[in-house]
Amino acid sequence: MSCADILAALFFQFLRLEGGEGQRDRFLLSKGHAVHAFHACMVELGKIDAAELPGTGQSGSRLGGHPTRKAPGVEFATGSLGHALSVGVGIAMAEQLNGSKSRTVVLLGDGELQEGTVWEAALCAPSFGLENLLAIVDYNRFQAAGAVDDVLPLEPLADKWRSFRWNVREIDGHDMEAILTALRAVPAAHGPTAIIAHTVKGKGVPGIEGTTRAHYTMLSEDEAKLALMALEAAA
Amino acid sequence: MSGYFTALSSAEVLAELAEHDPRIVLVSQDFGPIGSFTARFPERHFDVGISEENLIGVAAGLAHAGKVAFAIAMAPFVSMRGFEQIRDDCAYNRNNVKIIAPFAGLEAGPWGATHHAIEDLALLRSIPGMTVLSPADPNESFRMVRAAAAIDGPVYIRLGFLLPIDGYDAPFRVGEAVTMREGNDVTLMATGSSVSAALAAYDALKGTGVSARVLNVHTLKPIDRAAIERAARETGKIVTVEEHSILGGLGGAVAEIMAELGVGRLVRVGVRDVFCTEVAPYPELLHIHGLDAEGIVAAARGLLGETS
Repeated sequence: MSCADILAALFFQFLRLEGGEGQRDRFLLSKGHAVHAFHACMVELGKIDAAELPGTGQSGSRLGGHPTRKAPGVEFATGSLGHALSVGVGIAMAEQLNGSKSRTVVLLGDGELQEGTVWEAALCAPSFGLENLLAIVDYNRFQAAGAVDDVLPLEPLADKWRSFRWNVREIDGHDMEAILTALRAVPAAHGPTAIIAHTVKGKGVPGIEGTTRAHYTMLSEDEAKLALMALEAAA
Repeated sequence: MSGYFTALSSAEVLAELAEHDPRIVLVSQDFGPIGSFTARFPERHFDVGISEENLIGVAAGLAHAGKVAFAIAMAPFVSMRGFEQIRDDCAYNRNNVKIIAPFAGLEAGPWGATHHAIEDLALLRSIPGMTVLSPADPNESFRMVRAAAAIDGPVYIRLGFLLPIDGYDAPFRVGEAVTMREGNDVTLMATGSSVSAALAAYDALKGTGVSARVLNVHTLKPIDRAAIERAARETGKIVTVEEHSILGGLGGAVAEIMAELGVGRLVRVGVRDVFCTEVAPYPELLHIHGLDAEGIVAAARGLLGETS
């Protein structure tokens, strides 16, 4: 839920999804466990039938717990954390070499930034220019075992990305105008861009929002009804 | 020559291919210019520094965007540190990444066990969709680089310390072992640098009236099941030879097939599940661990004596 507004901005306002190679943009879900929000976007785009969603993870479904090559709209299969920024760097290098306008967006989790490979990729990208590369951190402050600040703090996070020579923007990841303004600042004059999006885990779901339980949970039927009502009322 | 120089020489082949195929790019790690490739195609060579995981991820990204990405990186580090990226980003995502891995086996000698790659074949062989290659001499490695460019999918080319084998110019076909010498008493099945050692062992055995068949198993995956079956049925006794652990590499692959066949006897020559901690130059290290011609002859004699 924390990245739902970011995904909505990307898929319905920002990414050029159609067109041939070199024309279209690419989106990599590095925090692959947020796949359900991604599948919901694919429903809105008409790539997945809404009737398929309840069968997610069930026998024979195309939709699993992480993005797979079987699921419609998936650019790159992920799951193990800390992979997609390097892949995004490679894609951005290829498109830069081709002189294309294609942009590559990688959505990372905050807990995921504890993986060293993220920082190998972060160190690498600016050395090759890569104005066409955008990393977004879904900074919801929670990971599986609890608060990120309790498990292994990331602060000062924006300074870290700046010191790795990225263009950095910090925004409220639920403020649609702020998200779109930040996205539209890409490409920057020099180097890749990192958007640190401050978000709320389980955003919009009463009783779940901002709690550890929002990381991985099954809602009861009553909770689900309440959640839908709350989300629709806020829409 | 050392795997490193073989890799640099392979880059000459790569440069030639790149001339005609604009998709070919090269990713490396702190190796500086790579042969004439860098001079001829500077914008197509990316040195990403010492970061094997990132290197393979970047190569997978380049391939995902339509390039044919060759990655040159040290065998021990790229096969172990980069393993998950090879598995997930290259194989699972089906990307055209070709890894050229020098310093395979014990070539690094006295640099120590951290720099030996004696697990890479076992690791890479376990990944679905990988092609795993291990040339016997420098010229075969060049033929492999050409072949790898044409393969649709990820490829690992393992480069150890390779001596040119006189007169060896058999065409390279993926998955087809090459019969280097015909024989009926025992088959020496070798890969990589060990093929030269097996040929020397062949000569020594011949001198005492033993007729050995020598196979160059240059493709670990897909392995030449038919050649192994023929050897098991026709010679009954097989000695595998590799500069690799006896666990999971050529010896492991052949053992799996022979167990399924229920035919023949096998002895594995390789590093016997130990770290090679002796400080010694490369040839001496091979001798200590029984990987030279003398060690192969002893293993073959043991197997022949056992049943005669």
